[in-house]
Amino acid sequence: MTTLDQVRGSSRESSRSRKRPVWMEKPSLFVQVIKFIVLLIAIALVIVPFWSVFATSLANKATIDASAGGMVLWPGHGMSLASYQALLSGGVVTRALIISIGITAVGTLLSLAATAGLAYWLSRSRSFAAKPVLMLVLGAVLFSPGLIPSYLLVKQLSLLDSWWSLILPVLVNAFNVIVMRAFFQELPQELFESAAIDGASNLTILTRIVLPLSKAVLAVIGLFYAVGYWNAFFNALIYIQTSDKWPIALILRTFVVNQQSIGGDQVANTQGLPPQLSMEMAILVIATLPILIVYPFIQRHFAKGVMIGAVKG
Amino acid sequence: MGQSSLIRPAGEAVTETVPSERATGVRRRSNWARRLSRDKLLVGIGLPGAIALVLFQYVPLLGNVIAFQDYQPYLGFTQAPFVGLQNFSFLWGGDPTFYNALINTLILTIIQTVLVFPVPLVLALLLSSVAGERLKRLLQSVLYMPHFLSWVIVVALFQQMLGNAGMLNTFLIQHNLPQFHIIGVPALFKVLITSQTIWKDAGWGTIIFLAAISQIDQEQYEAAAVDGAGSWRRLWHITLPSLKSLFILLLILRLGNSLNVGFEQIVLQQGPVGRDASEVLDTWVYNNGILGGNWGMSGAVGLVKMVVGIGLVIGANKLAHMFGERGVYEK
Repeated sequence: MTTLDQVRGSSRESSRSRKRPVWMEKPSLFVQVIKFIVLLIAIALVIVPFWSVFATSLANKATIDASAGGMVLWPGHGMSLASYQALLSGGVVTRALIISIGITAVGTLLSLAATAGLAYWLSRSRSFAAKPVLMLVLGAVLFSPGLIPSYLLVKQLSLLDSWWSLILPVLVNAFNVIVMRAFFQELPQELFESAAIDGASNLTILTRIVLPLSKAVLAVIGLFYAVGYWNAFFNALIYIQTSDKWPIALILRTFVVNQQSIGGDQVANTQGLPPQLSMEMAILVIATLPILIVYPFIQRHFAKGVMIGAVKG
Repeated sequence: MGQSSLIRPAGEAVTETVPSERATGVRRRSNWARRLSRDKLLVGIGLPGAIALVLFQYVPLLGNVIAFQDYQPYLGFTQAPFVGLQNFSFLWGGDPTFYNALINTLILTIIQTVLVFPVPLVLALLLSSVAGERLKRLLQSVLYMPHFLSWVIVVALFQQMLGNAGMLNTFLIQHNLPQFHIIGVPALFKVLITSQTIWKDAGWGTIIFLAAISQIDQEQYEAAAVDGAGSWRRLWHITLPSLKSLFILLLILRLGNSLNVGFEQIVLQQGPVGRDASEVLDTWVYNNGILGGNWGMSGAVGLVKMVVGIGLVIGANKLAHMFGERGVYEK
């Protein structure tokens, strides 16, 4: 080991010493092994379920039967995308997927616009009524109005059974307003002043200066909103009564959590349907995949996004 | 989890206006009509968001009037007869299902505070001791990820892993071992809920501890090592004391949040285990109000819970201030 390190030039050597300062003793083998095992278990607990779900969604009947009708860890020989084909060629899952994508897209855009607008207003501390409105926003962080009153309001607004009931109540998240406002206030204020002297209106300043400089925070908060809309379950459960209008989370609950069987009513083509378990797992993959796809992009930023308020204190 | 998110506004008050701006603000405040006309575009940009916030955060508070009414949907707020405090009789009248929900909530709060709460700290200590930035970042990415999944997905994953036809039991059957049932077993419901919470949010909870660990002065460790302190003693005498105030702060915030225990998570799994084992305050309100049509009393329970919740948050902040911490908001 040491000879190998010596052979690899000095740059390698210095990067190694940066990892462990000179004064730090080499950890004992026992501690190293324990650490390794604990972390390995933690990682496995996260990854194995996903892998198993994915593998089962690809497996055919023979493979699933071979594992006593349960989950598999390897899709085996007969692996195919048959479950996905069955689910995505029309029917309940396809429709729910389109609905969820629509709600997520529309909701995220509207949320970002409303949040950025409000944050911009509040970030200019000399602006009209910024103080009292900021108090309202802070108050909204501290409490939520409760289930029954919220339901009654949505009912009064005749939003029940409308997709707007999944967007409007969660349109503005007070936290995100505060994070974005803090970010806007960090921007060099001289830019705004000089633009204003040059005759730019507040709208021009927002669209030409503030937003282009805030791409990072817009991305993080936009992705937080998008994940929220995609995951929306409970609001859909209480507000959307017609099952034809359900988003993917409710479909997941019906067919995977509650194990209702997927049959002729649910898919367009019932010829040679793949095993139930494969299709259930395929729904689970479909519901999870968008998050796994956007996750690396949020992941780069979210520590900053989450910490912005805390660290600045 | 709520803890880490609740902290965010902490820095908020600090980023308030600088004094000079405040002074000019005072001067101009005399003429608010002129300021409105000057800022009308700015206000116009922000107003949709402000309206949405007020409409869905503050206007619903008016709906709490049904807590004092015999509300029926076909009558509406205006027609429903007022019944005084009758809906609050659960406080003294002793509705057994309500007490069951209250007790379950408190038990879950205690379990989650004792068992769930320290896990992120331990994980963060482990992660921070991993040599190699790239490996550390990879581990973090994997461990944070479950936080972004919805409860439906988490519950479904748990069913597929631990359920009667799940991976674990399939494996046990194949190897002629006794099966292990946890899903749908009332006695183990709280264990299940707790392990799901750990699985979903323990990794995410490490963020704040890792940030705090990275801010500890490295020279302290060096000095201690020179004085002959081994790694355990450095952990015990430097790392943990440095994290003490953060830990206390998070604990206090958790207490302020103690009436909220996994609503979606429990609603999803109530069916098989029954209400005795699984009912908490939030699900009680949902089951009796929206599903059961007992609007008045559910509204009353919701109202009491909200008021107690606000009281707990304010009390928790007082406590944080007493410990010399900043809390969710400034004094």
